[in-house]
Amino acid sequence: MNKPIRVLVAKPGLDGHDRGAKVIARALRDAGMEVIYTGLRQTPEMIVDAALQEDVRVIGLSILSGAHNAIVPRVLDLLAENGMIGVKVVVGGIIPDEDAEQLKKKGVAAVFQPGASLEEIVEFVRNSAAQAA
Amino acid sequence: MVKSAQDRFTLSGLPVKPFYGPDDPPAPLEPPGQFPYTRGIHPEMYRRRLWTMRQFSGFATPEQTNQRYRYLLEQGQTGLSVAFDLPTLMGFDADHASSLGEVGKCGVSICSLEDMETLFDGIPLDKVSVSMTINSPASILWAMYLVVAERQGVSWQTLNGTLQNDILKEYIAQKEFIFPPRPSMRLVTDSIVFAAEQVPRFNPVSISGYHIREAGSTAVQELAFTLRDGIEYVDCVLQRGLPVDSFAPRLSFFLNSHNDFFEEIAKFRAARRLWARIMRDRYGAKEERSWKLRFHAQTAGCSLTWQQPYNNVMRTTLQALAAVLGGCQSLHTNSLDEAYALPSEHAVTIALRTQQIIAHESGVAAVPDPLGGSYYLESLTHQMEEAALDYIRQIDEMGGMIPAIERGFPQQEIADASYRFQRALEDGQATIVGVTSFQAAESQPIELLQIDEAAGHAQFEKLAALRARRDNARLQRSLEALRQAASGTQNTMPFICDAVRSYATVGEISDTLRGVFGLWQEKSVL
Repeated sequence: MNKPIRVLVAKPGLDGHDRGAKVIARALRDAGMEVIYTGLRQTPEMIVDAALQEDVRVIGLSILSGAHNAIVPRVLDLLAENGMIGVKVVVGGIIPDEDAEQLKKKGVAAVFQPGASLEEIVEFVRNSAAQAA
Repeated sequence: MVKSAQDRFTLSGLPVKPFYGPDDPPAPLEPPGQFPYTRGIHPEMYRRRLWTMRQFSGFATPEQTNQRYRYLLEQGQTGLSVAFDLPTLMGFDADHASSLGEVGKCGVSICSLEDMETLFDGIPLDKVSVSMTINSPASILWAMYLVVAERQGVSWQTLNGTLQNDILKEYIAQKEFIFPPRPSMRLVTDSIVFAAEQVPRFNPVSISGYHIREAGSTAVQELAFTLRDGIEYVDCVLQRGLPVDSFAPRLSFFLNSHNDFFEEIAKFRAARRLWARIMRDRYGAKEERSWKLRFHAQTAGCSLTWQQPYNNVMRTTLQALAAVLGGCQSLHTNSLDEAYALPSEHAVTIALRTQQIIAHESGVAAVPDPLGGSYYLESLTHQMEEAALDYIRQIDEMGGMIPAIERGFPQQEIADASYRFQRALEDGQATIVGVTSFQAAESQPIELLQIDEAAGHAQFEKLAALRARRDNARLQRSLEALRQAASGTQNTMPFICDAVRSYATVGEISDTLRGVFGLWQEKSVL
């Protein structure tokens, strides 16, 4: 039997609105994945460090405060510096279309905007993990 | 899908019968303005005075937000409500490393008294009542406001306004906490005592269910946790030896107005009835003003959709109507673009006009509690009250709200409710128009307010100039005096006011308190 997919769900920045992150974490867990939820106010360094320690294949970042353009590229850079090229980064939250395109160009695997369904997100993470394996 | 009638539930999961009639829980209804105020806290309600139309706003620099405030006042808004950015809410200055990318994004950046002076430049604080959404560093921002009033020549004795200052709901829902719960409660208590003694017309705390609901709670949980938070604050102030009637009349509330129209009206009515009985029977308050629950309402941000954003105007209208039929004292209506960004001037004007249309065209303001006596509404009000009392009893048995928070109880209840709701959406048991059903192929383009990094740079430069200019010896003395007060048992407010007068920043004052109180790390509840 395959090992369960390991996913890190993280909440970077100062924002405390964790409803979305927690719902996603729970949905991924219900789908049989091993979910590590970092809790609030994680710096990019803390997130990448946790991803390394926990040996995850996918990182989900939840950002609602508008700080995504400052935070997400930093996470991508740190992953590259640590040689963690295979780890997929998925971003969810209030991310305008133009920013979503930019983030994807920089290497984010997917951006889920408000209204995305749990099913769609779970499916994407499952497929990304398969590619990252 | 057609569901059978017995399968109907309110948004919060209360069962809804096929119809309601005279055999449903009776309501011995007192007239409006009489204990326990189910029908409203005033006999005439909006006939005498409309609710205050108070749009929550703030973005980028104090200069830009000052312009928006002047615009809103020109458009007929009757009160102001300050939204601070995340660094300010978390007690960091704009030039702190943690503020990267966050300055001015979710609200206005305020670092020092200088910024607060700019924010209210040309706005007479004796004429306009101001509400401030600030919690962990609430005493600091309030002190800045008090000093600005002082400099405008407005006496603290006559100063109106509201400070959110509700730290309990931060641990429960919104998570903008700095210090651990117990020292945080001491700061809140200090400010309630200071208000009772020196700023008697100011509401030093706005006990908030809004954020609890936005985090995914049910209406019942919002009601119960909010009132139980209120009980916790009353207990803390009573321990300082103040008589209940000396501060209770200045406790105010802030509730969400969500989608389920009747359930929301029932919630507002039940809140008044419950609080009146808590104050009279649990605390023996003698003054009527202590029994009356006054509340601000805001329409539900979490109900707004990114898809087909113009539909949000209709959602907000229904929610605002529920708040008015529920007897709110002030109201914020969300703007159609708020699933994307802070509102544009165009969008916020429509939101304000929505209130003005309800107030001046719909006719609903002519009679207090016009739905009172509806079999359905009275039955729901009764159900809400009973269900909330169950929760309040449970939390009492845990030893109060702080022990309940420390064991993660309200957090877990909310996380479960929000997951249940998301599952219901996925399973097709709940519908969001334009998202889960009735989708449109094309998106409707809207004009958005853009906030770039310029606000951060401007605040950064002002701070550098301020730090170079001020009397740093005086500043250090005032921070040291505050540190000693915080370490002991003196009221911290006068010391914070003094630090503010010496132009200590939000970050510097917060750091002084961090040094004494430490930081709170929550155990995440999934």
